[in-house]
Amino acid sequence: MAQTLSRPQNLREWFAVALVWGAAALVTAVFCWLLGDIVWHGLSHISWTFLTAPPENAGRRGGIGPILVSTCLILGVCLTVSLPIGIGTAVLLAEFTSDHSLFGRITRRSLDVLAGVPSIVFGLFGNAFFCKTLGLGFSILSGGLTLACMVLPILIRSTEEGFRAVPTSYRLSTAALGLSRTTTIVHILLPAAVPGLLVGLVLGVGRAIAETAALIFTSGYVDRMPESLLDSGRALSIHIFDLSMNVSGGDANAYASALVLVILLLAINGTASWLATYGLQRKAVTV
Amino acid sequence: MLIVVFLISEALPVLRHVGLLRFFTDPSWHPAEGLYNLTPMLWGTLFATTGSVLIATPLGILSAVFCHYYAPPVLARPYRHLIELLAGIPSVVYGLWGLVVLVPLIAEVQPPGPSLLAGILILTIMILPTIALMADASFTNVPQQYLRGAAALGLTRWAIIRGVVFPASKSGLFTGVILETGRAIGETMAILMVCGNVVQTPSSVFDPIRTLTANIALEMAYALGDHRAALFASGVVLMAMIVALVVSAEWISRERLYGSDSEQTTESP
Repeated sequence: MAQTLSRPQNLREWFAVALVWGAAALVTAVFCWLLGDIVWHGLSHISWTFLTAPPENAGRRGGIGPILVSTCLILGVCLTVSLPIGIGTAVLLAEFTSDHSLFGRITRRSLDVLAGVPSIVFGLFGNAFFCKTLGLGFSILSGGLTLACMVLPILIRSTEEGFRAVPTSYRLSTAALGLSRTTTIVHILLPAAVPGLLVGLVLGVGRAIAETAALIFTSGYVDRMPESLLDSGRALSIHIFDLSMNVSGGDANAYASALVLVILLLAINGTASWLATYGLQRKAVTV
Repeated sequence: MLIVVFLISEALPVLRHVGLLRFFTDPSWHPAEGLYNLTPMLWGTLFATTGSVLIATPLGILSAVFCHYYAPPVLARPYRHLIELLAGIPSVVYGLWGLVVLVPLIAEVQPPGPSLLAGILILTIMILPTIALMADASFTNVPQQYLRGAAALGLTRWAIIRGVVFPASKSGLFTGVILETGRAIGETMAILMVCGNVVQTPSSVFDPIRTLTANIALEMAYALGDHRAALFASGVVLMAMIVALVVSAEWISRERLYGSDSEQTTESP
């Protein structure tokens, strides 16, 4: 009796096990296929000359030197703008406004929305505001500024977390020592919040490097070596897009560039998780 | 804030000239002739998003279940790392892979290759990590004593997961679904590369489509005047979708929070 009762139960259990393992195997297989494909096709093309040489024949041959340079410049502009604003806003949110005040709630809500906005909408905004209204045209500067808008929500959120993780006793002791609020923030809280800041920074850089849609109408397509920040420059992800969509016969170089991009991103993500664990450990020691 | 203001101010001229209704009633999308019908693209976005969410949600939740309750520890850790890696790969790379590998495969079954199906599959792979990581995080938050209690009642593993873990982590799973939907709506590049970009309401999964985001990316380069403003209007539509999603996510999570609170109080006596 017990045997007959438990059989459908067992069957269902077996079915569930099969389903779960099947799903995991499927995901792993797709992932290996994807990554293997990119590594397989890309690895044979990567060499030192590929990384430094300028593209020839619309990118079918030659390398990605100028594109790497423009990518770095765009990132640089993005970070120099977003870092001060991000840290400032995070300090404001974490130290000067209470959780329930209207201002804090509104800012936080709009940051949440901003973090979910499609990148193409950022591109539209960048095109309208930086390129047209401010008259910067298609340039590395406007591309970097647009990316800065995109990265800000992530940066602010994780820096704020970093500030909130600093124990209240630090603030109380500095107040007891008679230090001003500014001194407290600059000398005590900021150093203690550095791990959170770094994680946010690295995540933001990762998102910025991977971005394509927002850059097409802001930093432009030109694949020459950029001469100034007001020049148009092509980012790595746009290069991949262009090679695979608009240039016939560019697949090999597209694969190689994709491999470079993926390796860069993996390095960045690895740094982020390493920083997160390392930062937590160090904090656990000091507290 | 500035972003919203700018989008709307750029979109205003077309709203004034053309009127809101014509975005849905015009015979077709021919901006050069002053015809602005967004509905095919809206359908494209909608079909691609629903399709991919429908496939990715069960797969993602099952992968999280695998990580938490089925896999031996030796496998669970690498698997979680793999999902995190998958989350970090940029969309252009997915697009490239879809274009070179997936599209020819689909073309062999039913030409032409670039299609709604390809878009759905690529989106599925892209948003799967989001739901998997969210589900993973919410499974971690299920209290241990629930699991022990269920196990002490002699429930089988699958029964525990279905009867105890899923209800307990409902709000996390909902948030995950909403996040992945947002990501699917906003995705541009991968979709642009594999979907074929023909403006039409698809009649089967093998038809090429164009989504709202792809439309903006394709035509922004040469759009002028009202056409440009129409693109900004579609940007506003996208933005409105995302805001609606975020608000509903917040609403749902608040609702669920109170719901589970009341459950706990009724359970405790």
